Amino acid sequence: MSWFSKTFSSSIGRKLLVAVTGLFLCSFLVVHLVGNLQLFKDDGGASFNIYSHFMATNPLIRTMEIVLLLGFLFHIYEALVLTRRNKSVRPVQYAYNRPQDNSNWSSRNMGLLGTVILVFLIIHLYNFFWRARFGEPNMIPIEGTEYDDLYSVVVQSFHLWWYVLIYVLGQIALGYHLYHGFSSAFHTLGLNHKKYTPGIQKFGAFFSIVVPAGFASMPLYFFIKDVVLS
Amino acid sequence: MAGNNPNSKPMNLTLKVWRQKNFQSAGKMETYQVKDISPEMSFLEMMDVLNEDLLRQGIDPVAFDHDCREGICGMCSLYINGRAHGPERGTTTCQLHMRKFSDGDTITIEPWRAGPFPVLKDLCVDRSAMDRIQQAGGYISVNTGGVPDANEIPIPKAIADKAFDAATCIQCGACVAACKNGSAMLFVSAKVSQLALLPQGKVERKTRVENMVAQMDKEGFGACTNIGSCAAECPVGISLENIAMLNREYINASFTSENV
Amino acid sequence: MILDSKIPEGPLAEKWDKHKFNVKLVNPANKRKYDIIVVGTGLAGASAAATLAELGYNVKAFCYQDSPRRAHSIAAQGGINAAKNYQNDGDSVYRLFYDTIKGGDYRAREANVYRLAQVSVNIIDQCVAQGVPFAREYGGLLANRSFGGAQVSRTFYARGQTGQQLLLGAYSALNRQIAYGKVKMYPRTEMLDLVMVDGKARGIVTRHLITGKIESHSAHAVILATGGYGNVFFLSTNAMGSNATAAWRAYKKGALFANPCFTQIHPTCIPVSGGYQSKLTLMSESLRNDGRVWVPKAVGDNRAPQDIPENERDYFLERKYPSFGNLVPRDVASRNAKLVCDEGRGVGTTKLAVYLDFADAIKREGLDKISQKYGNLFEMYEKITGENPYTQPMRIYPAVHYTMGGLWVDYNLMTTVPGLYATGECNFSDHGANRLGASALMQGLADGYFVIPYTIGDYLAQMPATRVETTHPAFQEAEAKLRADVDRLLSINGNRTVDEFHKALGQIMWDYCGMARNAEGLQFAKQEIRKLRDEFWKNVKIVGVNEELNITLEKAGRVADFLELGELMVDDALNRNESCGGHFREEYQTPENEALRDDENYTYVAAWQYTGENQQPMLHKEELKFENVKLTQRSYK
Repeated sequence: MSWFSKTFSSSIGRKLLVAVTGLFLCSFLVVHLVGNLQLFKDDGGASFNIYSHFMATNPLIRTMEIVLLLGFLFHIYEALVLTRRNKSVRPVQYAYNRPQDNSNWSSRNMGLLGTVILVFLIIHLYNFFWRARFGEPNMIPIEGTEYDDLYSVVVQSFHLWWYVLIYVLGQIALGYHLYHGFSSAFHTLGLNHKKYTPGIQKFGAFFSIVVPAGFASMPLYFFIKDVVLS
Repeated sequence: MAGNNPNSKPMNLTLKVWRQKNFQSAGKMETYQVKDISPEMSFLEMMDVLNEDLLRQGIDPVAFDHDCREGICGMCSLYINGRAHGPERGTTTCQLHMRKFSDGDTITIEPWRAGPFPVLKDLCVDRSAMDRIQQAGGYISVNTGGVPDANEIPIPKAIADKAFDAATCIQCGACVAACKNGSAMLFVSAKVSQLALLPQGKVERKTRVENMVAQMDKEGFGACTNIGSCAAECPVGISLENIAMLNREYINASFTSENV
Repeated sequence: MILDSKIPEGPLAEKWDKHKFNVKLVNPANKRKYDIIVVGTGLAGASAAATLAELGYNVKAFCYQDSPRRAHSIAAQGGINAAKNYQNDGDSVYRLFYDTIKGGDYRAREANVYRLAQVSVNIIDQCVAQGVPFAREYGGLLANRSFGGAQVSRTFYARGQTGQQLLLGAYSALNRQIAYGKVKMYPRTEMLDLVMVDGKARGIVTRHLITGKIESHSAHAVILATGGYGNVFFLSTNAMGSNATAAWRAYKKGALFANPCFTQIHPTCIPVSGGYQSKLTLMSESLRNDGRVWVPKAVGDNRAPQDIPENERDYFLERKYPSFGNLVPRDVASRNAKLVCDEGRGVGTTKLAVYLDFADAIKREGLDKISQKYGNLFEMYEKITGENPYTQPMRIYPAVHYTMGGLWVDYNLMTTVPGLYATGECNFSDHGANRLGASALMQGLADGYFVIPYTIGDYLAQMPATRVETTHPAFQEAEAKLRADVDRLLSINGNRTVDEFHKALGQIMWDYCGMARNAEGLQFAKQEIRKLRDEFWKNVKIVGVNEELNITLEKAGRVADFLELGELMVDDALNRNESCGGHFREEYQTPENEALRDDENYTYVAAWQYTGENQQPMLHKEELKFENVKLTQRSYK
């Protein structure tokens, strides 16, 4: 076996891949969140539609989209391999076990959380990404140019209570996933020192609240604004 | 001492103990009663009482590993009430005392559960996998004699202390037993860190970490997912920082060692 | 039998160097033709096994634990002595030698002890090279502390876990040789007999503790590094599994047993709390650096320690021994604790304890400093007793800790059986009648790293490399006898458990052959032990079969041996009509209750020869010659 495949098929090597891809996905979350904040702009969705048009057509973004897809796939694949391996390590389970006394629930349930996020992601992609890329566009003029009115799709979707609920639940799962994952990734990269680890952990906690809260605020915003208050 | 705790009354307890004749056979939980247990007893002394009772009834006593009974040899194990080495943090089973329990309690006692730790009998498991990991590289290759004077290499106190902290691992296997993934990373990282921190150990640091991790994987231990149960249950307080150091050492070695 | 200690000629300081030159060597290419068995993997065994394998010999190492690293050396707390004189406080090889001879109350061999002091400096170098994380000063150099029986700081330490760290060093060296295939390791395997062919030790018979398999192993030489026999007392600071079986069965095959009555009762242990007690826990002697030992002045003073004013406390060690104070040697400290308790001034509910108080030290140095030095020991104390030693004084009482006696060995560490060696606590050689703190680790590693690798070559070089097959009748006979012994034990099916016998023996030994002995009590004890032994073989209860992990069968074999060894200890104590070191005969004491030696009649090693079951053993004397130190009454005043 070459050193390369040896390294990345070892337990630590695989974990490293999960961590690196995880951090990369975190950076994607930031970009995605910041971009989508334009939903809150009170311009009838003009900026959001221009932005989504840009994201759908810019060659650099399109390339990054593939990288992002690979990031997801690697993250999921490596985590799956590790989880399967780890499950097989304890053929006989404890009759009585109290892991809650020694660890966080989120840390022990990354696989479950990841699965919930994946299900959410499929729904999310089907409704927005798939629709935007492959569906029948609904063109509207903005400052003289025709754009697909994705904004309306978003707003319409978020008028459905169950759809909003799926989003909120998805984001809660993401929050827990990040709560463990963010600082854990640094740990896996070998970065643990009394000087900066407390900082990373604090930032990780902040990140795991703010990012999902930011995402969740969008469906809630439209649901509350258009359904609850009207 | 009976005198420390004048109000401490003897306790009656129900024990649910894993019984398994040998490696090949299947095991099951058995229930036993023990009476008049003094709160000043150690947990293993309570087990001694159980065994003397069983023996008098002609029943095979419960086999469990133990030796020094002062928390340092690492031989005692036992998963007590769902926790490696029982409910008290930073304590081996042999140092756990019955004052942590109450009259009428039911105590569940199981062996370490992990594929690489097969049960030999009752509560005894085979932990030789950990020895084999040590043999893969947990040493500094110096022969006896011909070494420099001990004070030739000054080592900053902070580094020496950190190496010492890692070196206190007693190889009991609680980290593996407590880990959801059955990972031995805390154990491996303790040795890797100790030797990587010290100047004497730096010469072989890359080969060492590569070989020890390879052996760890070969033995079938799980992969660490940074849950932290291991460090929380470690009776001697080996820190998770060591796992980070192991990762760092491994990544560095993988990309820069001469071993292709 | 004439005991030839084989001490080399010449001035003390040159003996070892000369000897090393004079011993025969085995050619490097020939070493691989020789097999050596090492039984026990503590400091003495692991260091010997690793070093011999490094030299090229084929080593088979055995231990009863599940891993060689569990050996009870791991529990040694305080430190290891070495004459490095890093502190510039007047230490030297000669001073370490002198302190050790004097501390041993002049019952050890000068030549052996001097060699021990000489190689002590190499041990520290070796351990540091292996990565042992000794305590260091801020400048990065090694730190030292002082220990009982010495007025210099020569003890190297790794917090309160020095034994652990040293053993892990030796274990790592052993692991390296296991990985190279030069050492074959047999864990969970107990040696049950020594096999001799043509009058030489040529192998052992073992029982595998998991499968019960009885197996023979052949070699050119056998090293016993199986530790001491303190568990004869049932309660001791030894590990639960520590036993004398290997040494005892070697004794029955012709190896002489020397000074069996020299047992060390360590002054600072956690007191017994009840009849269920399975072992005693030591609190490192290093605590006496800062802790002050005291009891109330008045008999029957039941006040809590903090309610007893300063002027009503008796700091009896400081009062009686102003120059050494709390740091007197172990035997002196233990005996004085017993004295004050016998006077009725003991503390705690059992009244069998004295205080070890850190209040002054905490006031002087601050809580942080004290917790840095002793934190783990304080924690351990609190776990066991439920009391916090930062706020109230520890209660301590002496407990059996170490046995200075052991298999008789010559300067080469060979027993009276050719090809059978004994190292570490298993032999009798270096500590005389009392061992100084931090010297056990020193001796174990000295024997294993730096003595046996030289001396064993001398023996092997003079014998052919031909191997003896384990099909040889001597092995077959030993195996058959062992099976018969096991069957005999299993067939008794009596009413008393092994532990009951062991506890009964321990009580006899503690009462009559413990910290203080007298002829009458010893004679009584001898009868009692015999009675108990008879009953054991008629009434012991063992369940199960041989072919399994059978914890009672294991214990029964060990206790059977203790029941014989106990009697030999009593015999030896009866024979030695003097008090010296750990052996205190009440008939022989100074008016101040100090041990009164009889140098004229007892300056010898008492080596006992086995003469048959229930027969009186035969005494052989090795006269001790003191050419370099003058025998004086030990004074720590």
